[in-house]
Amino acid sequence: MKLKELESFLQQVDVFEEPKILLEQYPTTPHIAACMLYTIHNTFDDIEGKLVADLGCGCGVLSIGAAMLDAGVCVGFDIDDDALHIFKRNAEEFEISNVDLVQCDLCCLEADAYAKKFDTVIMNPPFGTKRNQGMDMKFLRTALTMAKTAVYSLHKTSTRQHIQKKANDWGVKMEVIAELRYDLPASYKFHKKKSVSSYSTSQRSDMFSSCLKLY
Amino acid sequence: MKLLTHNMLTSHVKGVAKGYPLLIKATEVKVNEVEFNPQFVSRMIPKLEWSALVQAAEQLGHREDLPAELVPDYEKNEEFLKKVHRALLEVEVIEGCLQCPESGREFPISRGIPNMLLNEDEV
Repeated sequence: MKLKELESFLQQVDVFEEPKILLEQYPTTPHIAACMLYTIHNTFDDIEGKLVADLGCGCGVLSIGAAMLDAGVCVGFDIDDDALHIFKRNAEEFEISNVDLVQCDLCCLEADAYAKKFDTVIMNPPFGTKRNQGMDMKFLRTALTMAKTAVYSLHKTSTRQHIQKKANDWGVKMEVIAELRYDLPASYKFHKKKSVSSYSTSQRSDMFSSCLKLY
Repeated sequence: MKLLTHNMLTSHVKGVAKGYPLLIKATEVKVNEVEFNPQFVSRMIPKLEWSALVQAAEQLGHREDLPAELVPDYEKNEEFLKKVHRALLEVEVIEGCLQCPESGREFPISRGIPNMLLNEDEV
């Protein structure tokens, strides 16, 4: 499948109807999801025929993309049943049968809950900025316990150094596999008040997202 | 919920030492066709708790003739891999619940999604 083709399929995936601010439900744009998955598939061969987990899967754009790239099975995990029901509907509309879902709180999983059960973990975790600082790191830590081969995760470029430091502490390698412009649409009401042109320089750097590989 | 997913799920209710395998009480089960990938299935087999898979398939009335013990040289046995494929990936629990074998706590399954969330006093 070509990158353009994957992206145009993913444009048909429904996203959050009413995003929940505390859960930081920013949808992963079809463009970013397609670029990320395409690189994981073509450069690292970590999707086709693999058991994949998608943490904080939301409405399922990454899982559905992974399923289209012939993942053995992709299991999506999320805390929110509204998001999971949209995911389910998306999977049905796309007639995808190699996905499965679990509703759980990834933050209070025991360390050995899914120890190395999955080949690959893909995720766009909460950024950890909405009164839940460190959430991105909790997701990463959990992901690393679950994946046998590698974790692919999207993060704000501004947090990359911090993640590198953590990766060193945890004894895992980190690689930047892509840098993507993160054009967050005005998903939340308070974003609508700010036009892009009024972003300060520091906020502007937040609009870039890195896809990191940890292994 | 596929039985591959069920094979990985554990109850982590406070005080439970071994919340595995979860008992399945299904009120609706479906079989959804999934493309057969023999390499994937044979790669999953050594990672499985085999007896938990057989028990789960039995509870759903889809054991057919899955053996209690894993057969040797299954990698080359396509017929066997197809049976495992069916039990592992095609049989799905749509409605019902999962029950913790130790505490009896039930986790509902609705529209095919098991809800493993715990209450604050269970963490």
